Amino acid sequence: MSLVELHAVSKIYNHSVAPVCALADATLQIAEREFVALMGPSGSGKSTILSILGAMNPPTSGRVTVDGLGIYSLSVERLADFRREYLGFVFQQLFLVPYLTALENVMLPLAAAGIANKRQREMANDALSRVGLDDKTHRLPADLSGGEQQRVAIARAIVNAPPLLLADEPTGCLDSRTGRDIIDLFHRLRDDGLTVFLVTHDAAVAARADRIVHVQDGRVLDGVVAADSLSA
Amino acid sequence: MQLRDIAWASLKRRRGRFVFALAAVALGIGTVVALVSLSRAMRAEVGDELDRFGANIVITPKARSLDVAYGGLAVAGLTVDVEELQTKDADTIRTIPNQRNVSAVAPKLVGTMELEGQHALLIGVRFKDEGGVKSWWKIDGRLARNAGEVMLGSEASQSLRKRKGDRISLAGEPREVVGVIAPNGSLDDQAVLTDLGVAQQALGKPDTVTMIEVSALCRGCPIEDMVSQMATVLPHARVAPIRQAVAARERAVLQFSRFAYAVSAIVLLVGTVVVLTTMMASVAERTQEIGILRAVGYRRTQVARVILFEALAVNLAGGIAGWLAGFAASRALGPAMAQLTTPIPFDFSLGAAAILTALVLGAAGGSYPAIRAARMDPAHALRHL
Repeated sequence: MSLVELHAVSKIYNHSVAPVCALADATLQIAEREFVALMGPSGSGKSTILSILGAMNPPTSGRVTVDGLGIYSLSVERLADFRREYLGFVFQQLFLVPYLTALENVMLPLAAAGIANKRQREMANDALSRVGLDDKTHRLPADLSGGEQQRVAIARAIVNAPPLLLADEPTGCLDSRTGRDIIDLFHRLRDDGLTVFLVTHDAAVAARADRIVHVQDGRVLDGVVAADSLSA
Repeated sequence: MQLRDIAWASLKRRRGRFVFALAAVALGIGTVVALVSLSRAMRAEVGDELDRFGANIVITPKARSLDVAYGGLAVAGLTVDVEELQTKDADTIRTIPNQRNVSAVAPKLVGTMELEGQHALLIGVRFKDEGGVKSWWKIDGRLARNAGEVMLGSEASQSLRKRKGDRISLAGEPREVVGVIAPNGSLDDQAVLTDLGVAQQALGKPDTVTMIEVSALCRGCPIEDMVSQMATVLPHARVAPIRQAVAARERAVLQFSRFAYAVSAIVLLVGTVVVLTTMMASVAERTQEIGILRAVGYRRTQVARVILFEALAVNLAGGIAGWLAGFAASRALGPAMAQLTTPIPFDFSLGAAAILTALVLGAAGGSYPAIRAARMDPAHALRHL
């Protein structure tokens, strides 16, 4: 069963002035507990797809559903609730709040949900433990390595157990070994029931996904390549 | 972690910037508190001075106009009575709605008669009440207390050749001179002051008074209202404020108050602009953070609350600091700036008003940045997506 569906989605920027078609008639389905990698050259429309899936960039036309919910029919505030309940974000730039500790950064989505402080701590500690950072919970981001910061970002993305994890070049700033560890972590999360949608330039990273989707010039290519066949 | 914890952490992170905003708010609120404290204290002292000065309302019979000077102040309509004032009218004055502002009611009967072979000015008064409106009297002796005692003005003392301890025959009975009033340039200098009842008997005008002087407590007294109220209860009388004194008081206080409020408004406006610009700069600097909050599911209202909390926290601290600093400044500067003779009292209501004002200004200065932050497009804020 599909968790995510993009149906004939187009996105045109500067619609009235100098229209730029970032995405044209894109259709894509992602199944529950699937690990999908999206590949394509710069400017091909990868980030547009990710931001549309992230409920932060309404398409010009087409329909986007997550778990059967047409997300762009929601109000602005309900979209925020949707992001909190359904999505976890991991970015290439780590986007941690610099003046909050690792634990507090992970607690951010829980604070928005109005969860009690004690429960927030329990959940955040558990998430940090899952990413192997239970001994550095009270450190500020500046006191952590790049890989550790990325783990904090992943812990923040999964702390409220969303069904879908969106990752944009999560290994882009990491050395190859740390990058491998992060992808291993994604696999474990997928095994725990999470659906992972990852944007990457790195063919080696994409090769470890269940499925690779290519996008070029704003079009999702029909040729969907099974990762297993690539790695084989 | 709650929303306020995020705001608090942000304040600590950018403490230099927020301390600057706090100082601006404290300066603004402090200036306002100092000026308002001084203004209030000046008003109170002027009121007290006027109370000490004596009567500020004069009641005379409604009559055809004939100007007479009494007590160095112009009083109209004393002579050709249409309907004379009665002794009981003095008690009626204490029934007005603003009776708590009436500190002294001094009825008097003025007339001339032969005394000790001399033509003398006789003024019948209630001594206790008269003392209330003539606090500046310097008496050689003491204030008379009963009908058996009289007081003399300095010129009357000389012309009658009577001093403290002497006796004067008045209305068929000897009366002891218990005090001689030092010269003060008023009609009192020429007068023999006796009990009102004795004067009414001696002048053949039983139960009649020539005029009534009223001393109103001027600290916040609505003198025009009181004049109107007295005119209502005494329809046959002419009630007039001693306008010179009232006008002088109003001018002095109004001028300073206007100055104080104008300066306060400007300083508060500047403080609000500082808060606004500080918060705008903070929001601009935190674009990415706000994008993170929005991306992980913060509603617009929650983001706005974080920013607004910061503005209100800065202004709350600035308001408290400003109140204390302003109070201290007004106390320190009061004697030199406003010639205040009594220390300015600690005023919690002014403190509450100062803090409330600071919070309102915080809300005003923080609202626009909060709305800007809340409306920030998360994808744009993160730039990455």
